[in-house]
Amino acid sequence: MSIFHFINAFFSDGSHWHGYDGIPTRIMEHLQYSFMALGIAAGIALPVGLITGHTGRGGNALALIATAARALPSFGLLVLMFFWLGIGLTPVMIPLVALAVPPILVTTYEAVRTVDPSPVDAARGMGMGPAAVLFQVELPVALPLILSGLRSAAIQVVSTAAIAAYVSLGGLGRYVIDGLYQRNYEIVVGGATLIAGLALAMIALFWLVERLVVSPGVRRGR
Amino acid sequence: MSGGAGFFDIPSDLQHTYLGLIGEHLKEALIPVAGGLALSLPIAQLCVRFRWLYPPVLWVTTVLYAIPSIAFFVFLIDYTGATETTVMIPLTVYSLVVLVPAIVDGVRSVPQETLAAAEAMGFTSMQRYLRVELPIAVPAIFAGLRVATVSSISLVSVGSLIGNEGALGNLLSDAHVFHRSNLAVTSVVTTAVLAIVIDALLIGIRMLLTPWLPRGSRSARRASVDAVTGPAPEEARPLEEAAR
Amino acid sequence: MRERSHRTGPGNPARRGPRPVTGRNIGGLNSPRNGLRARAAQADSRHVRKGIRALIRIESVTKRYPDGTVAVDRLSLEIPDGSVTVLVGPSGCGKTTTLRMINRMVELSEGRILLDGADITRQPVNTLRRSMGYVIQNAGLFQHRTIVDNIATVPRMLGWDRGRARTRAMDLMERVGLDAGLAKRYPYQLSGGQQQRVGVARALAADPPVLLMDEPFSAVDPIVRKTLQAELLRIQEELGKTIVFVTHDIDEAIRLGDMVAVMRTGGKLAQFAPPDELLSAPADEFVEDFLGAGRGVRRLSFFTSAGLELTTDPVVAVDASAAQIAERATDDVPYLLVTDADGRPLGWARAKDAVGGEGLDAAQLLSHGRPFEFGRDSLRDALDCAVLSPTGWAVAVDGDGRVVGVASQETIAGAIRDAHAERKGSADRKAAAGAPGGPGATGARRTAR
Repeated sequence: MSIFHFINAFFSDGSHWHGYDGIPTRIMEHLQYSFMALGIAAGIALPVGLITGHTGRGGNALALIATAARALPSFGLLVLMFFWLGIGLTPVMIPLVALAVPPILVTTYEAVRTVDPSPVDAARGMGMGPAAVLFQVELPVALPLILSGLRSAAIQVVSTAAIAAYVSLGGLGRYVIDGLYQRNYEIVVGGATLIAGLALAMIALFWLVERLVVSPGVRRGR
Repeated sequence: MSGGAGFFDIPSDLQHTYLGLIGEHLKEALIPVAGGLALSLPIAQLCVRFRWLYPPVLWVTTVLYAIPSIAFFVFLIDYTGATETTVMIPLTVYSLVVLVPAIVDGVRSVPQETLAAAEAMGFTSMQRYLRVELPIAVPAIFAGLRVATVSSISLVSVGSLIGNEGALGNLLSDAHVFHRSNLAVTSVVTTAVLAIVIDALLIGIRMLLTPWLPRGSRSARRASVDAVTGPAPEEARPLEEAAR
Repeated sequence: MRERSHRTGPGNPARRGPRPVTGRNIGGLNSPRNGLRARAAQADSRHVRKGIRALIRIESVTKRYPDGTVAVDRLSLEIPDGSVTVLVGPSGCGKTTTLRMINRMVELSEGRILLDGADITRQPVNTLRRSMGYVIQNAGLFQHRTIVDNIATVPRMLGWDRGRARTRAMDLMERVGLDAGLAKRYPYQLSGGQQQRVGVARALAADPPVLLMDEPFSAVDPIVRKTLQAELLRIQEELGKTIVFVTHDIDEAIRLGDMVAVMRTGGKLAQFAPPDELLSAPADEFVEDFLGAGRGVRRLSFFTSAGLELTTDPVVAVDASAAQIAERATDDVPYLLVTDADGRPLGWARAKDAVGGEGLDAAQLLSHGRPFEFGRDSLRDALDCAVLSPTGWAVAVDGDGRVVGVASQETIAGAIRDAHAERKGSADRKAAAGAPGGPGATGARRTAR
């Protein structure tokens, strides 16, 4: 039996496409968790990264925080939060946000810090204020790297959101966890395929966003 | 059946002591990183030698990296069963994905003049690789190694989902089954401490290997970004600050 | 060669020396409406020569950093209006710091800087900066913006609408010698020299009266640098900005500067003088060392060849008859300069060989070397031609390359002596009249020419 057989069987079963346990519902749940976590993480990490990168200070502290956050095992944290906080979104959000913050934070900081200093000097010399320098000069140039940090975070969040099912939440992980319990490999493999597909869709999404928002003058060499 | 209820009273179904679990965890986490390094060195070298090879390799690694660990495990059960191997193969692939760009960028960051000088001194290409390119790329390689190792240590735990192959992660399933939250605490704290200790060890080794670099140099931090995100866009020329 | 002519040509006296200006409101330039009016006023002012005033006045300025380092030490400079003032000196002499204090990129510690009579700290810092063009070493272009948008940056900040800012940007591209086809390109698609032109255009965009240039040409190769220097002089001839230019290259300073401030390590002023004076009378050993060898010869660049006595005796056309040749080839004329039908030089013929021969053979001629352009090129160029000529005679041509005469080394030497004497006399007269130093000295230079 190859996994392709399972995949085929899973997707051709019409019953998998409807109802509270249907694929559309699970995908929406999964996206909900993922984007919520990503939004919170970006809300924390982007401003901090932009400001520290702009001023060029606090790099070592950031590196330390990022290393510590990275050391936290997401799966373990999820189970622990489940014990402490019970069933709900919060225990899922904590490990997902902890997972997404380091890549966004570190890349944003580095992206802004490593912007070529001479246009920044020119901009200040032309009479641009600090906010204009950050948003009109530094940010557009730093954008590709910042987006790659966000993309990396998004991929990891989408992957890890699958384990939310382990603590009784929905999302595509539901198929994998339930299937494993029921020893129903068709569902397990089908769920896993969907998760992988969603992660790949994230790559495509970020590629598209980059095409749209990054100036061709910056995109060169990619 | 679960013995006592302390933090370090490991349920007997895991068939390991606390230290045994740590050993198991390190084995499952580090062998893949070592394997990933062994594979990524030649792959990276090929990418440096044949520039056209790098974009497709990068594309493939990015896609592989996007496959969630749990999905990866599940796909492999069909071939390798619910074994340690099933956990270690995906971790090897993830390490590869982090290490190849790190090494390629590291080797590429070797200044052209340095390479020219090495060539002028009569180094063969192998000597040049081993004695010039690789040593200069060490900080970048170690930045990649650190990220790969830490994430590997964290991901081993997920192996518990496919049937007690997650070493310290198995404590999480047991915490669930036996309703013992202290086991979850033990698992999380031990895993985090392991990650930090190994990370610190890697930093130490890097410093020993590169005595010519200032401690905590920016280039190393810069490389760590590449390791997190894959290759950065071609960086803007740094301002050649004239000494004034 | 052609570039050089801008500096010595008598045909454009307006370019030399500070341009006097009657009361002009610099602050007014910040509003686009007043910008045009101020520009008109500036154009008018070219015809008014009441006196010389310093647009930027640096008064006993010191820059001391928190760690106690003194970058600039009680520096006083009067930067004349409408001319190029170059700050030059070795690394660490504080020249860049001085420049950056003028637009407050660096805040001074003591003293004050006046712009058109008003302390620069009186107006908001960004208003001040928008009234000054700023050009830096690597151009510092915004890589995410097209060339035209880069140039339009300051006008846009000043509230111009997009269309007007772009039109202005396109005008400037033409002015700095950039092809209009580059407008929609991004900086990475341009060469270093082109990028630097964009940098200059961007600085000129809002037509600021002041241009601050911080080693703008240091990062380009020497040939491109020469072209850019020539272009800057050309643009300056048209616009008459007050330019403060920082460089570590003394040749660049002498070439571009109407006034040159030589600074020494520790942020002290060593000498402030027109380049000619710098070369003829370095204030001390440091300045002399910094100027390097060949001061005397280099100074000849400031003497025009216009007064040189030329002779046309040895000049014959290639189709001249034997009789005409014999008439020219006197005892005083060992060589004949042969020209083509249009009067352009072909080469030298030995007079002895030419007389009695079957006319002139163009293939047998000695090279005439590189001619100098009479009146536009300097005595240094004339001397150079004479020294390099196989006959010891320099060939003078007009703007179209037609021979106007030749000069021997002896004639040139005489002209150099005369020029030195005249220069000295005029300086003495100035001193006797109690003329002020600094900018006044530049005036003397113009008299000499």
